[in-house]
Amino acid sequence: MTAFEVNGRKVDLEVDPRESLLAVLQDRLHLYGTKKGCDHGQCGACTVHLDGRRVVSCLTLASQVEGREVRTIEGVAGEDGTLHPLQRAFIDNDAMQCGYCTPGQIMSGLACIAEGHTGDDDEIREYMSGNLCRCGAYVGIVAAIRQVAGPAEA
Amino acid sequence: MDFLRPATWAEALAAKAADPTAVPIQGGTDVMVEINFDVRRPPALLDLTAIGELGDWELTADGLLRVGAGVPYARIITELGDRLPGLAQASRTVGSPQIRNRGTVGGNLGAASPAGDAHPPLLACDAVIEAESAARGTRMIPATGFYLGVKRNALEPDELIRAVHLRPATGPQYFSKVGTRNAMVIAVCSFALALHPGERRLGAAVGSAAPTPLRARAAEEFAAREFDWSGATALDPALLARFGELAAEAASPIDDVRGTAAYRRHAIAVLARRTLTWAWNDYRGKAAA
Ligand SMILES: Cc1cc2nc3c(=O)[nH]c(=O)nc-3n(C[C@H](O)[C@H](O)[C@H](O)COP(=O)(O)OP(=O)(O)OC[C@H]3O[C@@H](n4cnc5c(N)ncnc54)[C@H](O)[C@@H]3O)c2cc1C
Repeated sequence: MTAFEVNGRKVDLEVDPRESLLAVLQDRLHLYGTKKGCDHGQCGACTVHLDGRRVVSCLTLASQVEGREVRTIEGVAGEDGTLHPLQRAFIDNDAMQCGYCTPGQIMSGLACIAEGHTGDDDEIREYMSGNLCRCGAYVGIVAAIRQVAGPAEA
Repeated sequence: MDFLRPATWAEALAAKAADPTAVPIQGGTDVMVEINFDVRRPPALLDLTAIGELGDWELTADGLLRVGAGVPYARIITELGDRLPGLAQASRTVGSPQIRNRGTVGGNLGAASPAGDAHPPLLACDAVIEAESAARGTRMIPATGFYLGVKRNALEPDELIRAVHLRPATGPQYFSKVGTRNAMVIAVCSFALALHPGERRLGAAVGSAAPTPLRARAAEEFAAREFDWSGATALDPALLARFGELAAEAASPIDDVRGTAAYRRHAIAVLARRTLTWAWNDYRGKAAA
């Protein structure tokens, strides 16, 4: 059995040793917000936080998260459904088109802000480089992160 | 498939001895790609991430940094960037923030890809790899003897990598890499340089331009001999050009999807000249101060 926490909730599952955290989130816990894009770690659509740090869940073995804390996009909004400021900012800034990459962008964006990698917009771009958006909503994504991080450093 | 998750290093060595075909896994950023795409079906996975000490680093009594095999790139950058600038710069070019939070130098060494970004700075800084087996104990393998062929390293089937030992920088160190974009690229070729002013010597190493990463010995020896180590003069352009040529000659690149052999040779000369210029300017600045 593998016991860990997802969005503050304890889970305890029998997982296949080959199963990725992404597969377990979707197929076993029915948390479909975390998306499978490439399954190679290249697109970032499956980004979640593991003990507070962003990782790609497709390359994280479910059995490896024993005893650790996972946060997914479902754990970002308030209990009552109030959007997180970064979710709000994505809407305000048209930071998406099809929306498939958005959960990963938001999880990565939250980490980018927490890490303090928002000094200027180039820094945001560099530290968001692990998340692809095939619709090309990058301008809005950078603007949304900027809105929440506060003004760029002079 | 079995999944083994030893809690201690001794248990990990025992597990590897009992089943040498068990595949170690740390960050999983190489192993999981193979599993997801069914390139590999290992009979057993040996997860090393529950062993706390592998994620630690320390300064040893003889003044070396002993960096655990499981320290992720992100922590090498933030915690060791001042003392291991070459390795930290290389770490910054690995994948993406997500990959750097999981991927480790131990995993890079385990995979032993000629394009692995940790290798050139490890070579240029005279790193030594601490390997261990239950049967024969610890074996210290200099980086220069670690890379044996494409994705082949000097580990025996029952051995695991415990740590990497490196001297904290005594002079400027640089790493530079060519790829199609800044993020998330496998190096077309790469180059690492470390000045060791105390010994009037430098380390130079080439990545992704031969079956293994390698030291550019002739370039190192030439520069060590020709430098004005007093730092009084600017770099002679002829010296710089020759250094680039010798660095390029050390490589034996191939044509592949990422670039041609001729391009790689050309680019290595450029990277060698560039990193040497940066390093020399730093060195002169310090020597003058
Ligand atoms: C999207 C993406 C981008 C990438 N970009 C880069 C890049 O820019 N530069 C680069 O160099 N690499 C890159 N990589 C490859 C990979 O991230 C690195 O090689 C990384 O260092 C692997 O570390 P890991 O801990 O994840 O290794 P793992 O996948 O856990 O293991 C890798 C190999 O090492 C072995 N191993 C692990 N730990 C040990 C140990 N303690 N003892 C013995 N053997 C061990 C494993 O069995 C396996 O063969 C990228 C990968 C992805 C998915």
